[in-house]
Amino acid sequence: MRSDRSTSAPLGLKIAAIGGLAFLHIPILLIFLYAFTTEEKSYQFPPPGLTLQWFTVTWNRPDVWAALILSVKVATIATAIALVLGTLCAAAVSQTRFFGRETISLLVILPIALPGIITGIALRSAFSMADIPFSFWTIVLGHATFCIVVVYNNAVARFRRVSGSLIEASMDLGADGFQTFRHIILPNIGTALLAGGMLAFALSFDEVIVTTFTGGQQSTLPIWMLEELIRPRQRPVTNVVAMVVMLVTFLPILAAYYLTRDGDQIAGAGK
Amino acid sequence: MSALTTPAAILPNRPGPMGRVSDFLWKHPHVLLAILLGPPVLWLGVIYLGSLFALLLQSFFSIDDFSGLINYEFTLATYRQLLSDANFDIIVRTVTMAATVTLFSALIAFPIAYYAARYAKGKWKAVFYLGIMLPLWSSYLVKIYAWKLILAKEGILTWAFTKLHLLWVLDGWLALPIIGGNSLSVSYTGTFLVFVYVWMPFMILPIQAALERVPGNLIEASSDLGGTPQQTFRHVLFPLALPGIVAGSIFTFSLTLGDYIIPQIVGSSRLFIGQAVYAQQGTAGNIPLAAAFTVVPIVIMGLYLFMAKRMGAFDAL
Repeated sequence: MRSDRSTSAPLGLKIAAIGGLAFLHIPILLIFLYAFTTEEKSYQFPPPGLTLQWFTVTWNRPDVWAALILSVKVATIATAIALVLGTLCAAAVSQTRFFGRETISLLVILPIALPGIITGIALRSAFSMADIPFSFWTIVLGHATFCIVVVYNNAVARFRRVSGSLIEASMDLGADGFQTFRHIILPNIGTALLAGGMLAFALSFDEVIVTTFTGGQQSTLPIWMLEELIRPRQRPVTNVVAMVVMLVTFLPILAAYYLTRDGDQIAGAGK
Repeated sequence: MSALTTPAAILPNRPGPMGRVSDFLWKHPHVLLAILLGPPVLWLGVIYLGSLFALLLQSFFSIDDFSGLINYEFTLATYRQLLSDANFDIIVRTVTMAATVTLFSALIAFPIAYYAARYAKGKWKAVFYLGIMLPLWSSYLVKIYAWKLILAKEGILTWAFTKLHLLWVLDGWLALPIIGGNSLSVSYTGTFLVFVYVWMPFMILPIQAALERVPGNLIEASSDLGGTPQQTFRHVLFPLALPGIVAGSIFTFSLTLGDYIIPQIVGSSRLFIGQAVYAQQGTAGNIPLAAAFTVVPIVIMGLYLFMAKRMGAFDAL
């Protein structure tokens, strides 16, 4: 008699759920509003007026462009490395049984499970012990380390759904290992890899903690943002940059969602 | 049919170098496994774990107070320093904050996850999923920045309290010791709000995954047997969702424990572990003490993960 309850939610639950979502989204909406404010010196609400002039100002800022380009470069290379390593690891863990599988999963998750500051300071002291100067490549190295897990998670989830008999059938029909990989495995895991790659890109594009430790003089876009947060010098430009960063990270997330939608919900299971 | 010759049960070796490689790997799966695992394990094992161990090793060295140079002799002096009153305060403060943030994150996340898992259908399912994923993945710094806008004295929160004629509530709250302060953006309350906002989404997905795995007929069975909705929740749903909550708490707890940017931007001047590490390795140049400080979250998270594993939380990840 009571099973009809499952069709509609109790009012309290509805309010709590919608309230929770509102709590998550209102601050983001504010970012969009503040990009247009005419107020320069403070965070006054409601904004005294709205203007588009800060977009032009930001567009003409070479430091913003330099930071943006560096961020894109780092994220691209880190994602490429993470894609290769994460897929290899996922293939090994999901397609075979071997001693120490659990340890491997733990090893992959560790750079994310431990606070970023630990990864950052560990890499920093290792670099200085080995006399490696901080450069573009030290940033990439740090980013790739924690991006592996995102690709790995997506790939493992997809590998689980690719039935082993499909691969065996291909082999039985005379395909060699490489053909099976190209024609059977790759088409099946392709979208999961694309989704994982996009999320890895978003993660690297946004990373600030590890970067503060592994970067030298270069400043990525998050480092630029952090400096503005600590010592606000040009609030209007920061407002615009914040909005643009928000929009730029939305795109890969939406794309990753549409790519993995038909599967189980795997895209972001554990950042 | 009889004319058909039976093909050899074992096919001849494949021609060409690629074919030979393929055959070799098929016959020697261990070699294939080594090729697959080699690069990621080398990367994570050597670069990551190597650096981590090198760091931990340094916590057993000490720093010479006069020269400021690291004294490479085994000693526990750094750990003694770590447990001095001032430093121990930092540890207690951080762990308390992490625990509070985790608790409140679970309270806010649970209804969202519960609704998304059991009631949202079709289009609403997608709305909830994206509604959780977008804040989760959007820029960490921009989220903090948004809260700087909200908590500022001239910001939206003060404005809303004024409009509702509730400014006295806000002022009363800020007048409280410890959690209060001059304004929200320099108080523990502000730090706490930003922590909850930034890390709470990590709690939703594991809870949702755990709840989705609860079979619907289990709930029906409970109510058929006379359980009230409250009883069903307490004795059936909640125990089954618990591994999900624990899995989510791994993220909220660990991320709060190591964060040094949020308390630096929104908060009082009293330090958290992350800030202490940052200050010790940077301006103070005391790498051994910084390393000893990082041991604290590692040990706490190690214990936490051990307990979480025993509660089956890893299946909910």
